[in-house]
Amino acid sequence: MRVMYILWLRQIKRYFRSRSRIIGAIGQPLLFLLALGYGLGSVYKAAGQGNYLEFLVPGIMAQTILFSAMFFGAMIIFDRQFGFLKETMVAPVSRLKIMLGGALGGATTSVIQGVLVFFISLALGFRPHDWLMALVALIFMSMLAIAITSFSSGIGSFVQDMQGFQAINQFLVFPLYFLSGALYPLTHVPTWLRIIAEINPISYTVDALRWALIGTSRFGIGSDIIAMGITMVVLITFGAIRFRYIEA
Amino acid sequence: MIEVKHLTKRFGDFAAVNDISFHVERGELFALLGPNGAGKSTTIKMLTTLLRPSEGSLKLDGHDVVKEQDATRKSFGIVFQDPSLDNDLTAYENMELHAVMYNVPPKEVAPRIKELLTLVELWDRRKSLVRTFSGGMKRRLEIARGLLHHPKVLFLDEPTLGLDAQTRNLLWNYVGNLAKEKEMTILFTTHYLEEAEANANKIAIIDHGKLLTIGTAKELEEQTKTDTLEQAYLALTGREIRDEEVDPHEAWKARHRSRNMR
Repeated sequence: MRVMYILWLRQIKRYFRSRSRIIGAIGQPLLFLLALGYGLGSVYKAAGQGNYLEFLVPGIMAQTILFSAMFFGAMIIFDRQFGFLKETMVAPVSRLKIMLGGALGGATTSVIQGVLVFFISLALGFRPHDWLMALVALIFMSMLAIAITSFSSGIGSFVQDMQGFQAINQFLVFPLYFLSGALYPLTHVPTWLRIIAEINPISYTVDALRWALIGTSRFGIGSDIIAMGITMVVLITFGAIRFRYIEA
Repeated sequence: MIEVKHLTKRFGDFAAVNDISFHVERGELFALLGPNGAGKSTTIKMLTTLLRPSEGSLKLDGHDVVKEQDATRKSFGIVFQDPSLDNDLTAYENMELHAVMYNVPPKEVAPRIKELLTLVELWDRRKSLVRTFSGGMKRRLEIARGLLHHPKVLFLDEPTLGLDAQTRNLLWNYVGNLAKEKEMTILFTTHYLEEAEANANKIAIIDHGKLLTIGTAKELEEQTKTDTLEQAYLALTGREIRDEEVDPHEAWKARHRSRNMR
């Protein structure tokens, strides 16, 4: 436990020491909220769908967590480049503890980012339908964060450089995000897009966050929790297995 | 304390280490010398569980290095040739992290860190981020860190590279004491032959992955009919200059990758 705690703490300390990372990771969601929220808000309203900002905020919070949790894998690549990874690899500690300690740290900072976006949304006029339920959203955010940091540790353990890592981001994570229903309702989309969104695990987190924050759900909260649980187990297992074969 | 038998490591069809055998007694200061690319770092990587040998057996403090990785990892400390610190943590935090990972009893963590940071004269800088340190300071911090968990075997891969004479002197005095008083076994590599001559009880010279000879500095000089270790070394390995930075493992990974890309 001590080992996992110190590795968790390492991530937290590094996060709070890197102001550029905090600001950078807030900038993108803020841009999305402003450009899409205000840009498309009137069209959305005219189409009879109601308040777009309200619809968008849970999606942007999921986006924030998704991308900052993916960034955790890049940290492993940096650790390899700066040599610190060797220090952990020769320590008499199981790879699983190393992976989980770091991933939990990365997940914590990702959730903090998500919460910051939530507060920015409040400043832009967003209000959750029930403040207590907003706390429930924290659980869903944590589930997504730990699933993705585990996944990205797995990726970071076999991708050797940032270019390779970026390629995975571009070809896997961006599509998963844009095809998830985070930015638009799935009610009037073409069937192929709807099917993709329905097998896309990100959709379920977005949906669960909408359920908690604005009180609407497409798939039903039961299905959301099951889908998120399965995703979490699969991705943590993936990360743990890949990380066993990591080479410093 | 260290037992190496018929150790071989191949990358593709290139043997970086080729059938090397030697053993190091408890409390011995053992120098592994050789030109760039001779196989020193590859040997150390295998001894420290970072690489798997292709053939041969490795024992460290009675543990099979390949089969009992965790027990092996508990028994050694290492100062790597390249930096391995977290630049975004302070000197103290780097030490603390190491202490926890090596399961140093909580009560002893603070006093040990203080003792070692004082020794390498970094106690005043303990709260500074490592990124603000000079190369020499980072080196000293890594040496202090390697000693933190009182390892039975200490590997020093070119520990004095880039250090000034004062720090080198301090380091060798301290390391010599560790070997004598705590019976710590120390295996090091260096390109400064006078360091090996002055400090090592036993010296092994390897080249092209093969062990050329092993013995005390005196024995090597007698064997080659020379007066200094440096002359003996040149007599054994030749005067031809080797390419810098031949890391066969990296080179092999790079080749492997480019092949996969095609």
